[in-house]
Amino acid sequence: MIPDFDSVRLIDISRHFGRRRALSHVSLTARAGDIVGLLGPNGAGKSTIIGVLATLVAPTSGEVRYGEHTAHALAAPLRARIGLLAHELFLYPELTARQNLTFFAALYGLDGAAVDTALARAELSDRAEDDVSGFSRGMRQRLAFERALLPAPRLVLMDEPFTGLDDRAIGIASSRMRELAAAGSIVIVATHDLDLAEGLVTRVVLVRGGRIAVDEAASVNLRARYRAMAGGA
Amino acid sequence: MIFWRTAWLVLRKDFAIEVKSREIVYTTVFFAVASVLIFSFAFVKEGVAPEGAAAGILWVAIAFAGTLALGRTFERERYNDTLRALLLAPAPRAALYVGKLLGMIALLAVTEALLLPLLAFLFAAPLFARPGLLAALLAGGTVGFSAVGTLFAAMLLRVRSRDVLLPILLYPITVPVIIAGVRGTAALIGPQPDEPTATMWIGILTAFDIIFLTLSVWTFEPLMTD
Amino acid sequence: MKKLFVPLLIVVAAMFAFAPIVIANARYESTMGLIQKIFYFHVPSWLAMYSAIGVCGLASLIYLFQGSRTADCYAVAGAELAILFGLMGLVTGPLWARKAWGVWWQWDARLTSALLMWLIFVAYMLVRKYGGPGSEKLAAATAIFGTATGPFVYKSVDIWRTVHPTTNVVPTLPRDMALALLYCMIAFFLLFLVLLTVRVGLAQRQMALDDLYLAGED
Repeated sequence: MIPDFDSVRLIDISRHFGRRRALSHVSLTARAGDIVGLLGPNGAGKSTIIGVLATLVAPTSGEVRYGEHTAHALAAPLRARIGLLAHELFLYPELTARQNLTFFAALYGLDGAAVDTALARAELSDRAEDDVSGFSRGMRQRLAFERALLPAPRLVLMDEPFTGLDDRAIGIASSRMRELAAAGSIVIVATHDLDLAEGLVTRVVLVRGGRIAVDEAASVNLRARYRAMAGGA
Repeated sequence: MIFWRTAWLVLRKDFAIEVKSREIVYTTVFFAVASVLIFSFAFVKEGVAPEGAAAGILWVAIAFAGTLALGRTFERERYNDTLRALLLAPAPRAALYVGKLLGMIALLAVTEALLLPLLAFLFAAPLFARPGLLAALLAGGTVGFSAVGTLFAAMLLRVRSRDVLLPILLYPITVPVIIAGVRGTAALIGPQPDEPTATMWIGILTAFDIIFLTLSVWTFEPLMTD
Repeated sequence: MKKLFVPLLIVVAAMFAFAPIVIANARYESTMGLIQKIFYFHVPSWLAMYSAIGVCGLASLIYLFQGSRTADCYAVAGAELAILFGLMGLVTGPLWARKAWGVWWQWDARLTSALLMWLIFVAYMLVRKYGGPGSEKLAAATAIFGTATGPFVYKSVDIWRTVHPTTNVVPTLPRDMALALLYCMIAFFLLFLVLLTVRVGLAQRQMALDDLYLAGED
C-alpha cells in the first residue's frame, strides 16, 4: 500500500551550510488542487525548498509532513508519490527517449503502456527510438516533463519547467499542470518568470534570501505586484 | 524484492548504455593493458622479470584501471544529475549502490579476463595451474576493491576534486586487498603452487568483503542525502 | 572533562617534567645503548595515535548516523591528534631503526601498518578541507572505513612481512624498564586527553560562533 496524502507542510524549515544560510524558518502548506508558484530571484532558495520537499535535501531544523506522515517514517514508498522536474532534466543522453522512459517507468513499477502514453503527451512518439543526445533543449524538456509525471504523482514539483519551450509547448505544459491540480495533485512550480506564472498559479509564495516574503492567493498582474520584490524577471 | 529489482534495473540500464558506446569497457581494458606494459618496462631487466612481478603488476593494473572506471561510471550519473532521479526512486537507496557495484564487478571481471592471458603471455606465468583458486582470489579481491570504491565514488560525486580524492581515499583503505591479492596470486603462479597460502589469503579477502559490503550498504543512504 | 581540565594539565606537565628522570633511571640496555631510550617516546606515541583513531572512528559513526555536531567536533579533533602523534611515532621509529639496525625503514608490520593508518587520517583532513560543503559526512565515512580496515591492514602486512625486531620486547621487559614504559604511556595518554579537550573546545566554540552568526541574521 503506497501511502497517500492530500497536503504537504513545511514547518519552520531551516537549512544552512556552515555560515551560508539557504533557508531560514520557512513554513508553507500546500493542498491538493493547489498550484503554488514559488517566485523569487535566483539564489533565493526556491530550489532548496523543492529539494526539501522531494526528500533529497535534509533540513537542518524543522519538519516536513506529507499528510500526517513524516518523510523519515516512510521514505521509499513515499517517494512513489513524488514527481520532480529539475533544471538538470535527469535524462541519459546515450539512451533513446523510449529507453529513458522505460527505465524510469520500471523503477516505479509501471509498464510499457505508461511509456507510450508519456511519449504521446510529449509529442515525441515519432522520435522515440532516437538518442536523447540528438534532441533539442525543448524536446528534452518535454521528455523530462513527462518523465517526472510518469507515476502520476500526488506531489508535483517543477523547477523552472518552461525553460527552452516555445509558446505552444508552454501552453501545453500549463494546461497539463492545471489538469493535474484539478485531479487532486499538489503542484508546486518554482520559476523566476512572473509572466508565465500569471494565470497558472493559484497561490503565490515569494522567496527572498531564504525566507518567505509573501504567501497569498494569486491575483492578476503578478509582474506589477511583485516585480520590485522579486528583483524583476 | 523491490531491492533486487531496482539493483537489477540499474545494472541493466548501465549495461544498455555501455553496449551502445562501449566507451568505458574499451578504454578501461586498454588502460589496463598499457599499465601492464609500462610496469613491465619498469621492472623487467634483460628480459627477465623479478620473481613475483607478474602478480604485483596484475593487481596494480586492476587497481589503477578500476579507479579510472569508477570515476567514469559515476560521471554518467553526474552529467544530467540522474543520480538525484535515482535517489528519488521508490526503492531502498542501498539498492542503487548494489546495482552500481554489480556493474563495476562485471567491468573488472572483463578486464581481468583479458589481463590474465596477457600476463601469461608476457611473463610465461603458469596462470592456469590452479584456475579455481585463482578465480576465487580474483573474485574476492575484485569484490572488496569494488565495494569500497563504489561507495567512495558515489559519495564524492559532487565534490570538485573528486578525481584525485578517490584514489587518496581508496588506496590506503584497500591495501589489505592488494596485499592479499598479490601474495595469493604469487603463491599460485610460483614454481610450486602453494595452495594453503592462497586459501588463507582468500579467507582474509572474504572477511574483508563481508565487512566492507555491510558497511557500504549501511552508510550509503546517510551519505547520499544532502 | 572541563572540571578536570586544569588538574589534568598540571598532572601532565608534572609528569613530563619528571619523565627524563624516570627514563634516565631505567636500565641502560646493553645491546643498543642510549638510543634504545627513544622507545619510551616511540611506543607511547603509537598508543596516543591509536586512541585518537578510536575516538575519531567512533565519533564519525555517531555523527554519520545521528547527526550530532558534537560528535563531529570529536571526530576532527581525533583525526588531527592521530596525525600529530602518528608523526611523532613515524619520526622516532626510523631514528631508532637507523641507529639500532642500520636502515631507516624495514617494512616491518607495525611501522608499515601504522604508516598506512596515518595516511588514512591525513586523507581524512584532505577530504574535510577540499571536499566542499558537506565534507564532514564524507570525512566521517573515511574515518569509519579507515578504522574498520585497521585490523586487516595490520594482519595482512604482518603476514606479508614478518618480524618486528622487538616484537618480544614488551613481555620480557625487565621490571624497571616496564615501569618506565608504563609511566611514559600514561603521561602520553593524559597529554592526548588534554589536547583532545582543548581541540574539541575550539571546535565547539567555532560551531557556537557560526550559530550566533546565523541567529544574528534572524
